[in-house]
Amino acid sequence: MGGIPHDHYEPKTGGEKWLHKRLPVVSLIYDTLMIPTPKNLNWMWIWGIVLAFTLVLQIVTGIVLVMHYTPHVDLAFTSVEHIMRDVNGGAMIRYFHMNGASLFFVAVYAHMFRGLYYGSYKAPREVTWIIGMLMYLIMMGTAFMGYVLPWGQMSFHGTAVITGLFGAIPFVGESIQTWLLGAGAVGQPALNRFFSLHYLLPFVLLGLTMVHIWAFHTTGNNNPTGVEVRRGSKEEAQKDTLPFWPYFVIKDLFALAVILVVFTAVVGFMPNYLGHPDNYIPANPLATPAHIVPEWYFLPFYAILRAFTADVWVVQIVNFLSFGIIDAKFFGVLAMFGAIAVMALAPWLDTSRVRSGRYRPMFKWWFALLVIDFIVLMWVGARPAEFPYDWISLIASTYWFAYFLVILPLLGVIEKPLPQPATIEDDFNAHYPAKADGKASAAPAE
Amino acid sequence: MIRHLTLSAAAALALSASPVLAAGAESEVEDFAFSFEGPFGSFDQNQLQRGLKIYTEICSACHGLELVAFRNLHDEGGPHLPEDQMRAYAEQYEVFDQALFDGEGDFRPATPADKFPGSALSNAPDLSLMAKARAGFHGPYGTGLAQLFKGMGGAEYIASLMTGYHEEPECALEMDPPMEGYYNVAFAAGGFPETCIDDHGKHKVPGSWISMAPPLWGEDVDFDDGHSNSLEHEAEDIAAFLMWTAEPKLVARKQAGLTGVIFLTLLSVLLYLTNKKLWAPHKHKDE
Repeated sequence: MGGIPHDHYEPKTGGEKWLHKRLPVVSLIYDTLMIPTPKNLNWMWIWGIVLAFTLVLQIVTGIVLVMHYTPHVDLAFTSVEHIMRDVNGGAMIRYFHMNGASLFFVAVYAHMFRGLYYGSYKAPREVTWIIGMLMYLIMMGTAFMGYVLPWGQMSFHGTAVITGLFGAIPFVGESIQTWLLGAGAVGQPALNRFFSLHYLLPFVLLGLTMVHIWAFHTTGNNNPTGVEVRRGSKEEAQKDTLPFWPYFVIKDLFALAVILVVFTAVVGFMPNYLGHPDNYIPANPLATPAHIVPEWYFLPFYAILRAFTADVWVVQIVNFLSFGIIDAKFFGVLAMFGAIAVMALAPWLDTSRVRSGRYRPMFKWWFALLVIDFIVLMWVGARPAEFPYDWISLIASTYWFAYFLVILPLLGVIEKPLPQPATIEDDFNAHYPAKADGKASAAPAE
Repeated sequence: MIRHLTLSAAAALALSASPVLAAGAESEVEDFAFSFEGPFGSFDQNQLQRGLKIYTEICSACHGLELVAFRNLHDEGGPHLPEDQMRAYAEQYEVFDQALFDGEGDFRPATPADKFPGSALSNAPDLSLMAKARAGFHGPYGTGLAQLFKGMGGAEYIASLMTGYHEEPECALEMDPPMEGYYNVAFAAGGFPETCIDDHGKHKVPGSWISMAPPLWGEDVDFDDGHSNSLEHEAEDIAAFLMWTAEPKLVARKQAGLTGVIFLTLLSVLLYLTNKKLWAPHKHKDE
């Protein structure tokens, strides 16, 4: 672990030295746990732990569910009901897994918007950001494929709609859709491969989590001021930081416990609140639900997908310029993936040299609007595609792109940033001023 | 019962356009005060037993309950029939057993391990999960607040459907041929007469036409506990029973949730104090 100077593990006993020469695993754990962490981190820096916990929760509950689940079109639905009715604790395990997906996305959106506000994506943390975006994409794929497994009405028809998006790609779309489904239509091959991938991808996420942590342990954490930890000497660095263990572990665990109170209440008291009732109807290829809606966490991007209809002039111009290759449907697909791509490109679209939004007076407001925009998109994504929702989703989608492609690049040029604190220590001490009575503190020697 | 709530249901999307359902279909689902609502709610054992009687005498003529085993009727937190009654109840049903007659199979009386039979009619859906498979709670405007604050769910929908049969509205009488089925204000997914749609595509009347004839009229079943058998009470009882068939572990789940919330709250307090003590030397320290 490079970056901030700090103490390293020194093997002392003979046994420790023996192991250290052969496999420096204790050293790795020590350096990871004792990493110097900016001491001014606020409560938005707890989502990483929540995400790590949720990933483990999903893997553990998922492994148990697989012991009782049958990936067959005729048996999948009843095997889930078997879990709900006959397996000991099955209803709770399944509801934890089902709502765990929602917890995962609540945490990941909070984590991402924290990064967007405090400029965590900026140099030198671009790689951390890109790996994060990759993990977000894999998470979405995993969540989608998991939703298919109960083989209810929404599972089945949602699969038809989502794989249909790939079908919108010109020339090769239909072949890609067939390749994804393993057949011309949604059926047994699709269920089998989604089950296989749904089991595999969380372990890919686990691997990427380690790379993600490795990357930001190399650069050091960002912090609410965006000012870097001083690295001139160990003493200087220690004024800006505290070791991850125990200070941040305990803090994060406290936050996690509070979040789990809410999560357990949702699972215990209203486990189907975030789900769609149609998924309690067994899949029936002949009866399409009147209203196919993805899970809440996909809604913002689903709204963007639907926003660009054939009567929008941008779509018409693109359609004309591309000689009709890019029709409204394909445009919608491009817009949806583009909405995520522009987020991934934020490190290069943001021209401001000031990292934290705290010292960017204009950026703050545009960012607040982006958060509202995201919530509006989420709401409108579940509404029918009719007036006035079509206009709301078009305006909200436009703002999403405008924020990343126009506002972020321009703000860096026209905005006059506020003065930043010289060091993290200054920021921390300003937040916690020294006591007036001058009583001796019990601080350990630094 | 307390308030009417108009829910915009079933509005066709571009991706799933279904010509039968025009945008703007609305249905009226009423809010009922069920005993199983809220964090501390649990099933009313007597109500479930009354609901079982309604199911047995009326619903089961056409509908099935194939995910529910007879033994479940003995479950605590459910109808909790005494074991001998549960066995006697199961024996009323005949099931086909492939293992009998050297693999040729034969009918035999059902045992507690068997499940209720499936639907007798192909267009009568199985009722096991009906209370979770029907909306009635994502309003208003898709925010889900009705479910959150009033506890409205599929049970409300079922009870509203039972009491939702009305005389055909006048606009429907102009239809030629007349509408098939029965007009029901709580049902959103059925056929709808063109004559009841205004120029903007909006429905002039709530609900739609359902093919199921009104199953309950009031005083259809006599209850051993002397409970009222008015239409509204019967509707509530069958809705509660179907909520149990859909979510048999509801009571255990809420208890587990409550235990979890209490323990995690305690853990949060301990971690808060630990965290406070841990950080105290580094905050507000003397220069």
